[in-house]
Amino acid sequence: MNLSVKIGRLTLQNPVTVASGTFGYGAEYARLIDLNQLGAVTVKGIRVCPVRGNPTPRTFEVTSGLLNAIGLQGPGVDAFIKKYWPFLRELKVPTIVNIWGTTVDEYVEVTRRLSELEGLGAIEINVSCPNVNGDGTAFGTDLNLLGEIVSACRRATSLTLITKLSPNVSSIVPYAKAAEQAGSDALSIMNSYPAMAIDPETRRPRLGNVTGGLSGPCIKPIAVKLVFDAARAVRIPIIGIGGIQDASDALEFIIAGATAVAIGTANFYEPQTALRVVEGLREYLKNHQIEDINDLIGSVRIERKSSC
Amino acid sequence: MVEQTATIISNRCETGLYFRLVLHAPAIAPNVQPGQFVHIRIPSLKDALLRRPFSVFDTGQETISILYKVVGKGTVALARMRENEDLSLLGPLGHGFTIPTANSEFPLLVAGGYGMAALYLLAKQSTQKGIVFAGARERNDILCEAEFRALGWDVRVATEDGSYGERGLVTQPLRTELERQAEGRKLFACGPTPMLEAVSKLAEEFGVGAEVSLDQHLCCGVGACLTCVVPVKTSDGWEYQRACTEGPVFDARKILWEAGL
Ligand SMILES: Cc1cc2nc3c(=O)[nH]c(=O)nc-3n(C[C@H](O)[C@H](O)[C@H](O)COP(=O)(O)OP(=O)(O)OC[C@H]3O[C@@H](n4cnc5c(N)ncnc54)[C@H](O)[C@@H]3O)c2cc1C
Ligand SMILES: Cc1cc2nc3c(=O)[nH]c(=O)nc-3n(C[C@H](O)[C@H](O)[C@H](O)COP(=O)(O)O)c2cc1C
Ligand code: FES
Repeated sequence: MNLSVKIGRLTLQNPVTVASGTFGYGAEYARLIDLNQLGAVTVKGIRVCPVRGNPTPRTFEVTSGLLNAIGLQGPGVDAFIKKYWPFLRELKVPTIVNIWGTTVDEYVEVTRRLSELEGLGAIEINVSCPNVNGDGTAFGTDLNLLGEIVSACRRATSLTLITKLSPNVSSIVPYAKAAEQAGSDALSIMNSYPAMAIDPETRRPRLGNVTGGLSGPCIKPIAVKLVFDAARAVRIPIIGIGGIQDASDALEFIIAGATAVAIGTANFYEPQTALRVVEGLREYLKNHQIEDINDLIGSVRIERKSSC
Repeated sequence: MVEQTATIISNRCETGLYFRLVLHAPAIAPNVQPGQFVHIRIPSLKDALLRRPFSVFDTGQETISILYKVVGKGTVALARMRENEDLSLLGPLGHGFTIPTANSEFPLLVAGGYGMAALYLLAKQSTQKGIVFAGARERNDILCEAEFRALGWDVRVATEDGSYGERGLVTQPLRTELERQAEGRKLFACGPTPMLEAVSKLAEEFGVGAEVSLDQHLCCGVGACLTCVVPVKTSDGWEYQRACTEGPVFDARKILWEAGL
């Protein structure tokens, strides 16, 4: 039975990683789960400089979901390398580092610095952050900017590059194609969805940042559709992300066209989720007598009934 | 820190809205430090995803107990659970209190509401028996007074409605005591944030040390998500530290209260 998949030049022993920002820098969960059983460890978004992040409250629990506005708090690339890389480097599974910036130059600079690390698995570009040199719209919701960021990072590294797309677009297809054309080796779909909650008693927003991103089981059907749409438009592999809690959720993404999946919010309440998903995928393949997980990718069966 | 399925030994109403939960948690019980907490997943809370944090009130060889107040959907669901049902626990989590020894300062404990729950283990393990200042809105919210007395501690009560003990906020009898004698004493506090801020101000005013356990909203509980951050002073300004990892107990002098919690 084969569970291993390829994402760019990277081979994962199984198709299950964790979603950036939901797993710290790996070390935080090392006492609770065996990180070496994962397909890869994906770490919290890194910028060139340290970032303090948003005021509290930073998360708020909603029905079957979570709102967050952490504000990408992080140590900056130098402190990341000093403090967290020595631990990650020793793992048997690859590390995917999620990066972000407020200008194209910042993205390029982080990419360069990370490319100097021997043994780093891949770089995942988070494009769901505002472009400070422009009108503040997110890089990921402007086709030209998206192309610019991805090609600039492409020129700066030979590592596997993954572009993490924003769901906040009317159709994912042109964005998926733009990232592919600009040289991205893979796509991650999706980031959290812009959202808000208000306390009626105080009339105050529930988050310190006023608005935030929605994640968790409630976004899963949205994410499955985005993966399905993108998978039919590009040839590069897709990492499916959004509300995965068990193997059955992960299978939906794979059948819709994802080559791998990432567990996000579920880590917060069930740290064993990713490992249980690996186990569940194995069982599914066995029960359905499928030799290779790759045979399942994009295997959704669509039989349209005529409507008249 | 481990994840453990813990079986409920008992789950009874103590007074008013307060419940006492006793769990069989042999992998967690022996390792709990005073002020640490467990993060509990309540299985019947299907569409409310997050775990709920509770201080460990007391430990036995293989058991831990928790004192909780019913305030929302999670604690309502918890209160309905019965013996022999299972809960998933992560713990022990966080950085707890410094346990007073024979040579350290004389301990003054300050508790607001369920803050008593976070302080009991500290009182139990302290080699010096000090004074506990217990404050709450009304009589029913004063928890386990008898248990602190049974340990040989002096308990002084204040209620906001005057239904028990001195009328007013708990910081009043604390101030009186510090005015009587502050030197050689140290404060340990747990309760609502405004109370902790007031306690910190008193500590500063009287020049005594204080450790406070902050009640921040948590998410992961293990330091990964950066939900629970607290502004903490550093040599060159301030930084956010995690209440679930560097806390919940912090040195009161280091907290930048002005930045807002
Ligand atoms: C370190 C720590 C120790 C604690 N120890 C105790 C204890 O010993 N006894 C006790 O009764 N309570 C304790 N609390 C508070 C307890 O966690 C909340 O009362 C509980 O989470 C409420 O859950 P709910 O679903 O009933 O309320 P809801 O209001 O429905 O909860 C909604 C969300 O807000 C969070 N939340 C609500 N109130 C609080 C609060 N006061 N503090 C933190 N998060 C909150 C919940 O965890 C949940 O994520 C502690 C909190 C922390 C951070
Ligand atoms: C608390 C939190 C922090 C996150 N931080 C990042 C981040 O730093 N970079 C990023 O690209 N995505 C970040 N995300 C988005 C997740 O990686 C993921 O795309 C999203 O949560 C959807 O997956 P889920 O429903 O499984 O959580 C974060 C999500 C959460 C909940
Ligand atoms: S609750 Fe996640 S870091 Fe503290």
